[in-house]
Amino acid sequence: MPIKRANKSWKFVTRSSPLPGFRLSFTFTMIYLTAIVLIPLAAILLHASRQGFIGFLHTVTAPRVLASYRVTLGSAVVAASLSAVFGMLLAWVLARYDFPGKRVVDALVDLPFALPTAVAGISLTALYTEKGWIGRYLEPHGIHVAFTPVGIVMAMSFVGFPFVVRSVQPVLEDLDPAMEEAAASLGANVWQRFTRVIAPVAFPALLTGTALAFARAAGEYGSVIFIAGNMPMKTEITTLLIVTKLEEYDYSGAAAIAGAMLALSFSIMLLVNLLQWWGQRREGKRT
Amino acid sequence: MKHLYRKLEKPVTVAVLLLGTAIALNAQTQLLNVSYDPTREFYEEYNRLFAQHWKATTGQDVVINQSHGGSGKQARAVIDGLEADVVTLALAYDIDAIAQNGLLEKDWQSKLPYNSTPYTSTIVLLVRKGNPLHIRDWDDLTRPGVKVITPNPKTSGGARWNYLAAWGYALRKSGNNEQSAREFMKKLYGNVPVLDSGARGSTTTFVQRGVGDVLIAWENEALLALKEFGSDKFEIVIPSATILAEPPVAVVDKVAHQHGTEKVAHAYLEYLYSPEAQDLAAKYFYRPRLKAVADKYANVFPKVNTFTVLEGCGGWQNAQAKHFSDGGTFDQIYGK
Repeated sequence: MPIKRANKSWKFVTRSSPLPGFRLSFTFTMIYLTAIVLIPLAAILLHASRQGFIGFLHTVTAPRVLASYRVTLGSAVVAASLSAVFGMLLAWVLARYDFPGKRVVDALVDLPFALPTAVAGISLTALYTEKGWIGRYLEPHGIHVAFTPVGIVMAMSFVGFPFVVRSVQPVLEDLDPAMEEAAASLGANVWQRFTRVIAPVAFPALLTGTALAFARAAGEYGSVIFIAGNMPMKTEITTLLIVTKLEEYDYSGAAAIAGAMLALSFSIMLLVNLLQWWGQRREGKRT
Repeated sequence: MKHLYRKLEKPVTVAVLLLGTAIALNAQTQLLNVSYDPTREFYEEYNRLFAQHWKATTGQDVVINQSHGGSGKQARAVIDGLEADVVTLALAYDIDAIAQNGLLEKDWQSKLPYNSTPYTSTIVLLVRKGNPLHIRDWDDLTRPGVKVITPNPKTSGGARWNYLAAWGYALRKSGNNEQSAREFMKKLYGNVPVLDSGARGSTTTFVQRGVGDVLIAWENEALLALKEFGSDKFEIVIPSATILAEPPVAVVDKVAHQHGTEKVAHAYLEYLYSPEAQDLAAKYFYRPRLKAVADKYANVFPKVNTFTVLEGCGGWQNAQAKHFSDGGTFDQIYGK
């Protein structure tokens, strides 16, 4: 009897799909997800648990570690916001206008994905130090980029903005201009057309892209350590502290900070997903 | 069927040949030397030297593979299973960590002459040509307005030597007054605008980015910078007292035993003390231990007044616990 019930529930899940092979693909997905994501995450938690709850709390709330959360998450929020604004703009330009060299610009957007992040970090540092090509003009005006949080934000924006462009661009491309024309013919002004027609469609994609850009920025190491200056309490990012712990052969300490960072990032991502879900529901109710 | 056979003939032959070569290569003795970053060029040449020597004395071929990276990272890789027959790292503390995991005996450092350190270096100050800020000694690094470049001792093994050199100097100068040594270090690190995560990173910051007035560096790195970028841009200042940097070497007993490479692994390290190898080390700016070779390179390596980690800080385990562990003197510099 129980077997039959189990079968029933399988059928319930698969019913909506006309494609065969659900069991095979589901099993494969779960195995893959377990091997690539779940086992490493479990290993982090296991390592972190070795020092006990008090030890864990002590490690993840040390003043230097707290300062690093501020630096990392603060910079990541600023970088993700910048990416959201300028990524959206770029996606709009790419989706709506034709201009010479558009293909090249389109390909350039993907470059930060492909470039080793350390290369990005080294070139940004070379540009913005007091003797660098750009830095030498900024420093006399008291604008310091390299070895300050501004530099961290810059490196994080570099690696993050393609996520926004690549999330929003296809949505804008799919948006039929006829909808806007219809809205215009019904008397909607520019602002109304943007907020009522374009924004509802583009917003979920923008949110997703921004969340991805944020996640990438918060976990970034390679590009940031070169430009950050790595001063304790001021420009030290959390991933550097994890490496520091490893250098002291303190595996459980490193895992503890990694776990805390994981929890922080996960809750922020969850919040974004909730926002999105809430937005979609509201949208659904309205139409 | 015949058609298929003909089609497959070529690739199969190639595969068999490749397999055969792979087996033949495997039949040679192989050694893996896990080392730290700046020794790459030295060991490349030393491996050739040793292979010739081994062939001449035993008639056997030996292939030596190298792995390079930050000293601490390399030690962790060995602990986590990288099968190193020998390790040649930046500081004894990292090999101690491997020994604590049971891969070699705890008294490894007494197995080869001179604390198992066939070559040494020291910590010097690299300044810009003409020495515009008149930097002569460690005290000058604590003057207001002097920008000092040194890597983070928590992430860089090399930087720990830098830190201990300054600390040892401060202790001696103040007659073992730790309180004043601590204040000295606080002033010195207060002048550091960038803490790179590795020694090469700091060299780049100072030499190529043009940041800072003085770089605290290993003598071999400083001499290399002079050679690569021209002695018309930088000069070396030797402080009145500094640390004797001893990058040690050891056979990883357990791995060598498993591989059956104990004999060649020991010979590989012992040959580092031969006149030929010592000469090679000197060419790559490491100070040779052999007096005859050291005399020959006396114009490259000026006399320095040094103290060892044991004399200056009571050995690596003490130094690590006191200065670089959580809440140690380095953390106190940046504490609230």
